[in-house]
Amino acid sequence: MHPLLTDQPGEKLLLLGNEAIARGAIEAGVGLAAAYPGTPSSEIANTLFQISRETDLCFEFSVNEKVAMEVAAAGAAAGVRTLTCMKHVGLNVAADALMTLAYIGIKAGMVIVTADDPSMHSSQNEQDNRFYARLSGLPMLEPANPQEAKEMTVFAFELSERLELPVILRTTTRTSHVRAPVTLGPLPETTRTKGHFEKEPGRFVPVPAVARARHQVLLQRGKEAQVMADGSRFNQRIGQGSLGIITSGVAVNYVLDALEALEIQDRVEVLKLGFTHPWPVGLLSEFLKSVETVLVVEELEPYLEEAARVVAQERGIKVDILGKASGHLPRLYEFNPAQIREVIAEVAGIEHHPPQRPDLSWLPELPPRPPSLCPGCPHRETYLIIKDVLKDLGEEAIYPTDIGCYTLGLLPPIQMADYLICMGSSVGSACGFSATTDQRIISFIGDSTLFHAGLSPLVNAVYNRHRFTLVVLDNETTAMTGHQPTPSQEIMPPGYEHPRVSIEEICRAAGVKKVVTINPYQKKEAREKVKKALEGRDLSVIVSRAPCILYARKFGISKAKS
Amino acid sequence: MKKIKILFVGVGGQGILLATRVLAEAALKDGVPVVASEVHGMAQRGGVVEANVLLGGYRSPLIAEGEADILVSFEPVEALRALNRCHEKSIIITSTSPLEPFTVKSGLASYPEIEPALSRIRDSFAKLVAYDAAALAREAGTAKAVNIALLGTLMATDMVPVSSQTVRETLARLVKAKFREANLKAFELGWQQWVAQR
Repeated sequence: MHPLLTDQPGEKLLLLGNEAIARGAIEAGVGLAAAYPGTPSSEIANTLFQISRETDLCFEFSVNEKVAMEVAAAGAAAGVRTLTCMKHVGLNVAADALMTLAYIGIKAGMVIVTADDPSMHSSQNEQDNRFYARLSGLPMLEPANPQEAKEMTVFAFELSERLELPVILRTTTRTSHVRAPVTLGPLPETTRTKGHFEKEPGRFVPVPAVARARHQVLLQRGKEAQVMADGSRFNQRIGQGSLGIITSGVAVNYVLDALEALEIQDRVEVLKLGFTHPWPVGLLSEFLKSVETVLVVEELEPYLEEAARVVAQERGIKVDILGKASGHLPRLYEFNPAQIREVIAEVAGIEHHPPQRPDLSWLPELPPRPPSLCPGCPHRETYLIIKDVLKDLGEEAIYPTDIGCYTLGLLPPIQMADYLICMGSSVGSACGFSATTDQRIISFIGDSTLFHAGLSPLVNAVYNRHRFTLVVLDNETTAMTGHQPTPSQEIMPPGYEHPRVSIEEICRAAGVKKVVTINPYQKKEAREKVKKALEGRDLSVIVSRAPCILYARKFGISKAKS
Repeated sequence: MKKIKILFVGVGGQGILLATRVLAEAALKDGVPVVASEVHGMAQRGGVVEANVLLGGYRSPLIAEGEADILVSFEPVEALRALNRCHEKSIIITSTSPLEPFTVKSGLASYPEIEPALSRIRDSFAKLVAYDAAALAREAGTAKAVNIALLGTLMATDMVPVSSQTVRETLARLVKAKFREANLKAFELGWQQWVAQR
């Protein structure tokens, strides 16, 4: 049995923040979950995927986040509690669905988890997704630790049902990937996995007349949510003093530890916020009135800092608000405990002596250790073949690339990655380069990424007569995020039977005339085929198929399999 | 209760997350407050991996510069890279067997001399225990047990507020049956290194 199905309320398990969210969803009786993997959110989906194989829970890895959002939304409209989870940039993909979903709402609880990545440990930007809550008008919760992550997930389902709106649960890397004890709650006696959709076109089909009415409903629910945020147990005042600190998410921990280390708990009052959209305006206003100076400690953008300024201005409260605007804290990267302790010591005007650190000027220059493609990775072989063929042809090329292991093709000695924006951009940007240059263009995309966002731009390329070669690096899995399944895969986890979707057939059906398949380990044959595919400049697709070596090893399959 | 900040560093694939989990689960069993933070994702492709384990009642899941009470490094260059996270009174435990990054293999960078660096560490910090954990792991019966040998050394310091017996039991529970004996042996061999080099 999966450990997260332990039915012993009160027992403590050591859980990752992401596992705690999955457990919270199980305790809340989630019946359907859909996701596309992405670090730091991946373990939520992986855990629910494993659990779905032992329970009635319906889980799917959708082809992208927008589809996952639509799947979960419809399930919740039919009366089943649903969850979708994604990394921060995944919500950009799903944003189109999100914005209107906020209007039509749901029937049973729906939770949208978005995992931000301050410092970009495994991401291409560090956007602060709290602004999606403001943009969409949806309620948002921000856990500070795994225990809260679990409790807030349970509460998010209740809140969602009460307001008939999806609820955003926003984490950051250090709440997703922190392991700490979590006290289990009871499991539900039954979990509803089948519902019934009651037709209500005046609500669920947002033609302009309906949308106009529903926007009004959303704003009204926002007001109700604001009252709830004011009284929420996740928004607490801790301690007393003339110096106030407003904080949320993982920063809560740094603040509380700093106050203890500096021994100034009795001089400072902390407003710890977990229900952060809508802003708890009443609570903020009382807090701002009760202190002389406020320091706002939050990672990334000044979301709460701006809330504090707005409330202070609206209510005519005279209080100094320090934070990012005052230069006390940066808008860049994740915080660390020492940094927060120093800022608090400065603002509180106390001396502070960090531990003595030895002189390290003698340290030699250390070789960098960037992540790289695994030894024996089939992508590596594919890159070398294409490099060789281009050398024979005496040509150079622009290499648009995509999101996945092959982004590492950037590094020497391969260095075959020139341009990247987001999932699917290798195909879309190749269209742009084709329209504006006479250069040879060879794009790289993975199997999962092609299904995620590469098919629409491929149709665009055919239709608009763009000329480039798309190399699909099909390693049979979503490797970077931990080997989640993908629609084209032949090698499936035992007991996981799904139809296969052929990449070659899709490309041909879209109108690509030249589609070839190579096995990158059979070099001679592969080179001949690539050479043929690169004859002329018309649109062509090369599918380079060989399983990820780590994935193949899991299932005992030889890498040379053709 | 003693509060302590332990930093594990190494290279993706060396078993840092398992060592972290064994220690953190043992802490939970012993009723010691624990919070641990792990690096996931890109770092698993041969990059630097670190885990922070904070025991005894910290809430923050991160160890900042100058804050690690004990540094446990699975690879010598990674020990050097993480020294800025330590303070004068830190204990440094490191394996001396190098894992060359591809930047070295492809001639883009050079691998520093380790011996002189180790002697500087000995002079600058409270204590250094350095040995070839890879050789020790092989001696124990599985080359993969580098992580557990180092965990054994860590537990021998007597600085960790968790019982070493609980750590052994947790280890036995978390590793596969066929590797159990070798891992327990690696733990003991690592323990003896602390005793020998104390």
